[in-house]
Amino acid sequence: MTTPSHGTKPAIAPPTLWICEHCDTVYRRRKLARGEVARCQRCDALLARHHSLGVRGMLALTITAMIAFVQANIWPIVTLGLNGQLISTTLWGCIVMMWREHAQVVAVIAALTLFFFPIVKMSLLFWVFLFARRHQRAPGFRFVMVWLYRVGPWTMSEVFVLGALVAIVKAHMYFEVQPNPGIFAYGVLMLIITAFSSIDVRRLWDLTEETPA
Amino acid sequence: MNELPRASDLGLIGCHVCRMVCRDIKAEDAVCPRCGSALHKRKSGAYTRTWALLIAAFIFYLPANILPIMRTVSLGDVDDNTILSGIIELWVKGSPDLAVIVFTASIVVPMLKFVALALLLVSSQRGSKWAQRQRSKLFRLVEFIGYWSMLDVFVVALLTALVQFGFFSQVEPLPGVVFFGLTVVITMLASMTFDPRLIWDGRDFDD
Repeated sequence: MTTPSHGTKPAIAPPTLWICEHCDTVYRRRKLARGEVARCQRCDALLARHHSLGVRGMLALTITAMIAFVQANIWPIVTLGLNGQLISTTLWGCIVMMWREHAQVVAVIAALTLFFFPIVKMSLLFWVFLFARRHQRAPGFRFVMVWLYRVGPWTMSEVFVLGALVAIVKAHMYFEVQPNPGIFAYGVLMLIITAFSSIDVRRLWDLTEETPA
Repeated sequence: MNELPRASDLGLIGCHVCRMVCRDIKAEDAVCPRCGSALHKRKSGAYTRTWALLIAAFIFYLPANILPIMRTVSLGDVDDNTILSGIIELWVKGSPDLAVIVFTASIVVPMLKFVALALLLVSSQRGSKWAQRQRSKLFRLVEFIGYWSMLDVFVVALLTALVQFGFFSQVEPLPGVVFFGLTVVITMLASMTFDPRLIWDGRDFDD
């Protein structure tokens, strides 16, 4: 874990430079025009992009994602029918079943990447955006930002949506299949995640000011 | 093009976590003044760690493909599916488009990751200047597609939960799926420990 304030700190310089994260090339920062994307000349990685969506917009997206996530988890995803017998399941139904069927490792991976990490990510985003609206840094800002960075790659809801589609098609060969509200909520969630994928949350460091203690 | 200044030449370090530009004070315990994360010029021990994780992932990848990932029991008929046989079944039973998607996620992506990361590691360790820009792009591709391989694991989880019709039809997960899930997690860790800056470093950084 990061224990801030230990260790030797260099002095803070004003944010006038970009360093390409993929090849270490240094650029002078410049203002980007609407829709403009700055790329590294050496390795073509993304340096920065113009954001048309403000903090309020991002907060709204986060809240929408939270609502969709709740819906996706309380409603069944699909129902299968065979000889008049109906079986439906939710995400937690899958997790519990994998645990019982001796695939605990898979149950844990699914619970983390499809449930706990997405919740952590959305809650942390909500928390920092809530304060960033007024250009403030939320209590525990540093901690939250570091954890957002760490949790970032480990949320897999969009993969689960594709997985549900494949499962539906596979099951369709032998059973009657009915999609349930859960799958539509997941679809909405997937759209929001796609919209969010172009947003680098780390710009909050520049958008907010440290509150004098 | 190579006149573009690099942070290490200018005595600067970009924080890995928050992108803060810091002066390199050459202290072992330097931390980012803004977010408090440790400052390194390059991710520490990138070569050793990435190799170790890549090899571990490959060791898990073999049973993931050889062992069946799912058992279907219907009317006493037992059918064990491996990843490949599942794809063939999808193809034959009329969803070739979906079969292509699953084939890409479960076979092409993991293979691509092994080959690409090994290639990046070997070429960077030799300080090769060959196709550096393309290698950078390759790394970003590997990072971007990595987690989509989890697809098959989630399919098995869903089918297991849904197909519970007792004697008529039942699906159970088999050990292959556990190995496969672990392979995906470990390859993701491997691509995270690799430092793409090494592609451009030449031989000056021995790690």
